[in-house]
Amino acid sequence: MNMLMAHAANLVLLIPLFAAGVFAILPWYRWAARLNVAASLLTFAASLLLLFQRPAPTPFIQIDDLNIVFVVLNTFVALTTSLFSASYIAHEVEIGRLTPRYLRFYHAMFQFMMFGMDLALVANNIGLMWVAIELATLTTILMVGIYRTPEAIEAAWKYFILGSVGIALALFGTILVYTAARPVIGAGLPAMAWTELIRRVADFDPALLNLAFVFLLLGYGTKVGLVPLHAWLPDAHAEGPTPISAVLSGLLLNVALYAVLRFKMLLAGNPHTLAAGPLMVAMGLVSLIFAALMLYRRRDIKRLFAYSSIEHMGIIAFAFGMGGPLANFAGLLHMTMHSLTKSAIFFSVGHVAQVKGTQKLADMGGLIVTHPVLASTLVISVAAIAGLPPSGIFMSEFLVVSSTFARAPLLAIPLVVGLLIAIGALFLRLGSVVFGEPRGSTAPDRASYLPFLAHLSLVIVAGFYLPTPIVTWFQNVARLLG
Amino acid sequence: MLVSFLMLYQDRMLALINVFALHAMLLGLSVGWQAYVQDAPQLYVTAVIAILFKAVIIPAALRRMVEQLNIHREIETVGGIGLTMLAGIGLMALSTVVMLRVTAAADPLAREDLAFALSIVLLGLLMMVSRRNAVSQVIGFMSLENGLVLAATGAKGMPLVVEISVAFSVLIAFIVIGIFLFRIRERFDTIEIGALDRVREGRR
Repeated sequence: MNMLMAHAANLVLLIPLFAAGVFAILPWYRWAARLNVAASLLTFAASLLLLFQRPAPTPFIQIDDLNIVFVVLNTFVALTTSLFSASYIAHEVEIGRLTPRYLRFYHAMFQFMMFGMDLALVANNIGLMWVAIELATLTTILMVGIYRTPEAIEAAWKYFILGSVGIALALFGTILVYTAARPVIGAGLPAMAWTELIRRVADFDPALLNLAFVFLLLGYGTKVGLVPLHAWLPDAHAEGPTPISAVLSGLLLNVALYAVLRFKMLLAGNPHTLAAGPLMVAMGLVSLIFAALMLYRRRDIKRLFAYSSIEHMGIIAFAFGMGGPLANFAGLLHMTMHSLTKSAIFFSVGHVAQVKGTQKLADMGGLIVTHPVLASTLVISVAAIAGLPPSGIFMSEFLVVSSTFARAPLLAIPLVVGLLIAIGALFLRLGSVVFGEPRGSTAPDRASYLPFLAHLSLVIVAGFYLPTPIVTWFQNVARLLG
Repeated sequence: MLVSFLMLYQDRMLALINVFALHAMLLGLSVGWQAYVQDAPQLYVTAVIAILFKAVIIPAALRRMVEQLNIHREIETVGGIGLTMLAGIGLMALSTVVMLRVTAAADPLAREDLAFALSIVLLGLLMMVSRRNAVSQVIGFMSLENGLVLAATGAKGMPLVVEISVAFSVLIAFIVIGIFLFRIRERFDTIEIGALDRVREGRR
């Protein structure tokens, strides 16, 4: 048992990697789908072990207060997504959109992507983190293009071009950070380790750090989907398989944001650098308002929720940009809640699109008549993402708004306006899908509701009551973020 | 550096690929020189990878692809070549000024290296933006990556992890690109990004 504990961090990485290898050669997709769930379950268990005992940081891997939240969240959503994906994929095979050969590829890539994301989160080395994020990006590109339709390939190509430019900029930023660290720490591995960087950052050259941060914010900001750089995101979400949309929205955006946060912490540690906050606040606000307005003109249901992801990433970037214990706390809470809710929405939307046989909003309607259960899951999850009271999102948005009112009332006005616009748009669209004239197929659904229920019950419970250990833990992290 | 400008100037596919090969060759040589100056044997590996892989194998593969696809004709650009050149000169001046100012404290060799690297990265970006053709966008991307390798090797004693990963990522990136190019050709019989846009308009 002790040995298991000691290697939990490695297990989180090794299980997905091993599973990816197995799936690449395993020819039976039904088994692969089940094993996929099993592998995700094991990874989740390993990440829970990390909660109880943290290994000491090595030159490559570290576990601290900040990333443990994300590791647990990541593995949990991976587990539920693999459950959802098993039922989703079975349907896709039936209607012949995917062949067993592609499925082998799909499952292998799924685990490989998990490996990339977990590695990015636990990496203690800025270079290693960059490689891991690149790995996760490349696998998602391949997954987005998996249907091989012209639209899917266009989406994947766009994602590839924008994503790789972003990643290239981020690498340049990473190199600049190293250049700044070298004169102080000395050449070699320690100058790239987070633990060392944070300790010694006060002596770095502030001008180099500033420049590096601009590159990193632009680079990883592309992956987060902040507005001037968001163009890949809706296409990639709309054209890929729905489980991938769920993982993209719920996890990959978080991982990229986590990278930005790490570097922001670094910048905050040096008194002479420019404040990173205003940059993030500006990008966050622009994203929020732009995405909220764009929500009105969407005709594709997955595209609609992709824009809603941009909107929420904007809110989160805004919150972290404001800084201070309260806003950071709200940002962390919002990140967690958004991951859970958005993936729940994609679970629900995936089944809706499957029973209706289309993703066009205009071709679906009257869901409440044809599929009452699915319709209610959709309504509940949209209400949750829009931030209506009983959900955890309401609480985090409320915290963001109130902390902004307390410190910069003028900024709170556009924030609230953006939120309201988004709520209006979401309900307008939801109304036509759920309550309008019944349109489209009425085939019975065979959805699996377990993943959906798991996520939403967490979100709603969090809206009423957050256990004290979690609160103190988030508070610690918020203080760390400065 | 000059070669990057040459690339911007090229209007024919095969010529563009040849210039890219030259670019990569120069990169390899400069990395080799860095290895000598810094006395860091592992950098020789990077240099060899750059020369073999980027200056020989990739251009050969691209050339074959261009011949197969029969796209020797002129490359369409957004905006004229003269305009692009002007923009390129502007970017170069900008990056030099920024880098030299920011890194005033660092040693002169590293400074100039970083300034060069940044301007190559920016020129690569410009090239990706200003070309409509998938193959030349890919070349733009790879010259951007060349700039990154230059920056990484210029930073003294940067651990090997990164160099390997850069080479590795180029490899993967190329596989991905290859797959995409082939799929794109299967579906549209052309690799103009404009064709992709038409598909898009049709859908809306």
